[in-house]
Amino acid sequence: MTKKQKKMVFRLTISGMFFISAVVMENKGLWAGLPYILAYLFAGYDIPWKALRNIKNGQVFDENFLMTIATFGAIVVGSLEEAVAVMLFYQVGELFNDYAVNQSRKSIQELMDINPEYANLLRDGVEEQVDPYEVNVGDTIIIRPGEKVPLDGVVLRGNSSLDVKALTGEPMPAEVEAGSSVVSGSINLNGVLEVQTTRLFDDSTVAKILELVENASSRKAKAETFITKFARIYTPIVVGLALVLAVFPPLLLGGSWGTWLYRACSFLVVSCPCALVISVPLSFFGGLGAASKTGILLKGSNYLEAMADLDTIVFDKTGTLTNGKFQVSDVAPVHGVREALLELAALGEYHSTHPIALSVKEAYGKTVDTGRIGQVEEIAGHGIHAQIEKDGEWHDLYIGNRKLMEQQQILVDTPSEILGTTLYLADGREYLGAIVISDSIRPDVPAALTGLRQQGVKNLVMLTGDREEVGKIVAGKLGLDQVFGNLLPGDKVSRVEELLKEKPFGKTLAFVGDGINDAPVLARADVGIAMGGIGSDAAVEAADVVIMDDDSSKIVDTIQIARKTMGIVKQNIIFAIGVKIAVLILVALGYASMWAAVFGDVGVSVLAILNAIRALSYKRIRP
Amino acid sequence: MRKIIKMEGLCCANCAAKIEEGIKKLPGVKDVTLSFMTQRLTIEAEDGREDAVVEEARKVAKKIEPEAGFKILR
Repeated sequence: MTKKQKKMVFRLTISGMFFISAVVMENKGLWAGLPYILAYLFAGYDIPWKALRNIKNGQVFDENFLMTIATFGAIVVGSLEEAVAVMLFYQVGELFNDYAVNQSRKSIQELMDINPEYANLLRDGVEEQVDPYEVNVGDTIIIRPGEKVPLDGVVLRGNSSLDVKALTGEPMPAEVEAGSSVVSGSINLNGVLEVQTTRLFDDSTVAKILELVENASSRKAKAETFITKFARIYTPIVVGLALVLAVFPPLLLGGSWGTWLYRACSFLVVSCPCALVISVPLSFFGGLGAASKTGILLKGSNYLEAMADLDTIVFDKTGTLTNGKFQVSDVAPVHGVREALLELAALGEYHSTHPIALSVKEAYGKTVDTGRIGQVEEIAGHGIHAQIEKDGEWHDLYIGNRKLMEQQQILVDTPSEILGTTLYLADGREYLGAIVISDSIRPDVPAALTGLRQQGVKNLVMLTGDREEVGKIVAGKLGLDQVFGNLLPGDKVSRVEELLKEKPFGKTLAFVGDGINDAPVLARADVGIAMGGIGSDAAVEAADVVIMDDDSSKIVDTIQIARKTMGIVKQNIIFAIGVKIAVLILVALGYASMWAAVFGDVGVSVLAILNAIRALSYKRIRP
Repeated sequence: MRKIIKMEGLCCANCAAKIEEGIKKLPGVKDVTLSFMTQRLTIEAEDGREDAVVEEARKVAKKIEPEAGFKILR
């Protein structure tokens, strides 16, 4: 608690004690009113004063003024007990609001406590503690256990594990050694690291993330704008009604002035808009916090709103659904072992720098004995003809595509359904087998897509610059609804525009990409989601939602968080407005006392805030 | 140019909305948001008028919420 809040607790305790003793004394004796007055002063001596000051500044309808009039009115009609209760509970409510808001601010600040305060710069062999801003690209910094990585860089010396939880939501620490890159904002856990910086602080991941998080609340959701607009008209209307209630019934219907003044004052108590207004941004703030705790950054609460109504998700294929890396996915020798076939291919392709050759060598993984490679002849568009030594003999090896095999009149198996390239091997005229090199589907994708379907996403679409046939095979495996292939970056935008027109009214469309070459599409979609935010500036700039690691199932988490937050927001709006209107009606008809009005103000605000705080907690639930 | 101001001690979300509304009407202000939760006031001002705009914004804030701080971050 802050000092101000502690002082308030003290004031309210004293006030409460006077209030209770006043109620117990029940107007016995001459001084019966005194404890009431003391209770009132302890709780709210500053309210009338603030009201006066604000009127001087031209602020009429603020809550200080409303409370002052309401309590003074109650005193005038002799309802001393109610007057004190209104003031006391109003202050209790304010204190609670203040406390709750501060707590959730604090918990989110702790969550995003990734800002490094200093860097240990190594200058001419001497270590010096400096501001991260002062470190240049290429400088060497030392990071000790327990310290935050201040700038992005590459490890020169040392081994350690890094805690990246605050960045990605991933609880497993990342292991780093010489040569690995480190991301600023992560925490060094056990070893001393010597790191060469690769970026200035301003361009480092941590600065980008902080910038994004701090600006997140500047894009407000429709619900937020609605509630502030509502509050702007709500208060003057209720105050106006209170005035009507105080004057007209006694004048026209001959009611007693005291009764109607009492009811009018009750109206003023309910007219305070703060409870209504606070719970909505508090819920969104909690939702954004829950998301960043999971490793998802949203650029505004409006995107939470949009994510709750997703109908269509458009994926970029390469790098999002597939790894975008060509790997040996199958080795099929006619006779013998897979390893032997792979070895021959690696020998034959040794001198080639073709992507397929690189994948073969990577899959083989061992060093190649170059002494076993003889004459190598490249047959353009077909493959390679190489002399390879095997078991002391030189063999005539043909490695290449189907055309090469046909040219050499070698009979090959017909390939099964594949989404990659097949490399055939033959020893002279003898067919040895085939190696399939293909892009593979990312392991996290199938589960993520199932999750999205369960969340009610109707239309899953894939866009790719790749050949349409390849796209169709991937889409078939994943069970996507629509595929569009052979697309240039510009075509992707127009496709997304068409899909935007097709989706049902009130629903939204998201585009998921890795931020490379798809900035225009990310911007065009209702929500642009970028995967693998860490280390990709393009993604962080262009997207509305950044998933820090590259786990696509976090899109499902985002939807769940968004739905929960929107649910809370709607509950709060309906509950708060509903109770207030009900109380107003009951009070006007004389069925409810000022105590009900106190509930309509303070009670509603406390309940709405408690509900809003729920938005902050999110646990991943998976079937 | 964008100016960012930290406003600590804002008492309620409604006052924040009122301050935002007040600043929006100032000349030279292209866009403004005041987030009650993060206590950040972000003003998008016309180039060359930033300082004048910030001073006017300070006056607006002072009128509505005299207790709140007004610290220019950048």
